[in-house]
Amino acid sequence: MNKPTFHSARLRAAALAVCLAQTFLAPVAAVAAGEPAIKLMTLRGAEINASDPEGDGTRYGRDSAPLPRDFVQQPPLIPHTIKGYTVTKNFNKCLDCHAWARAKETGATKISVTHFKDREGQELSSVSPRRYFCNQCHVPQSDAKPLVGNTFKPGTGMR
Amino acid sequence: MDTNNKGLIGRIRSLGWGFAAMLFIAGIVFWGGFNTAMEWTNREAFCISCHEMKDNVYQEYRSTIHASNRSGVRATCPDCHVPKEWGPKIIRKIQASNEVLHKVLGSIDTPEKFNAKRLELAKHEWERMKKTDSRECRNCHNFDSFDYAEQGRRSSKMHQTGLNEGKTCIDCHKGIAHTLPEVEQAIGAPKEGATPEEFHPPTPKPEEAKPEADKAAKG
Repeated sequence: MNKPTFHSARLRAAALAVCLAQTFLAPVAAVAAGEPAIKLMTLRGAEINASDPEGDGTRYGRDSAPLPRDFVQQPPLIPHTIKGYTVTKNFNKCLDCHAWARAKETGATKISVTHFKDREGQELSSVSPRRYFCNQCHVPQSDAKPLVGNTFKPGTGMR
Repeated sequence: MDTNNKGLIGRIRSLGWGFAAMLFIAGIVFWGGFNTAMEWTNREAFCISCHEMKDNVYQEYRSTIHASNRSGVRATCPDCHVPKEWGPKIIRKIQASNEVLHKVLGSIDTPEKFNAKRLELAKHEWERMKKTDSRECRNCHNFDSFDYAEQGRRSSKMHQTGLNEGKTCIDCHKGIAHTLPEVEQAIGAPKEGATPEEFHPPTPKPEEAKPEADKAAKG
């Protein structure tokens, strides 16, 4: 009898435990033996669990009139600083001026009607919660040197 | 009866001028001591000696412009929360005895308890600022000294229209030093926080205010 056979459920469980132990504990043993652990790194070299630096040295330009777009579908750029602006569960600083109810008084651009739709295309009476995090698409501008070059040209409709 | 008829000056004279001088000096010492003790409680270090302040509102304030800025000029807790004038300061200090009671009761001694009360506490401060035309802001920020050319295009416009309409700092500048409570912004599920009217008090329209004034004048 070359092949081991398991006669009882208890024996089978014991064998399974040994197999599992070998699978999971092997890497731990390897690390303990001095094999270098995989060093997790972020793209910009910061500690992975470090929070974003407060005031990262970015200097936003002075407030300006709305900036031109490079292609029609481009989310409009933010032509002002957003330093200290918070978008939290309690309060969205952007909506405080750009909401339709506030735009007239503040002179801000009203939120596009495309934002009043749920993901099924159903029209809503107020801004869709999926549009809550403005900075996912809309970004402010600073006079930063591009990290990589590119050959992008504005869309033909915008030239 | 005799002493009563002498009057204050007469009574002091009967006790001797030396005694009067001692009274005067004692007055200075007591007054100085009282004021020193009160000013001792008017420091940031005193405010954040309670963990309720240190762990909640102080942490929120640290990254704001009033705590950290390029030239290091700061507005600390009492600069905004305690009036500078003596009378209002004493009144505020007497009201603060209620805060001592709640410190003992532990009403806001965890972040959870603090956040549950955040709306109420914020409303108290908004109301206090509104009542005094944002007096503590104006201790440093003088509208007459605003250089609108130096302000951004948004702030320049909003300051000029707002101040002309009779608005005060706190009408717009809420949550500049601390995290805001929930504010209803008509997105997603309704919030139980500050209503739009509470967050941006409507400006009284001159057209609406006028007829009432006329009526009052006629009546």
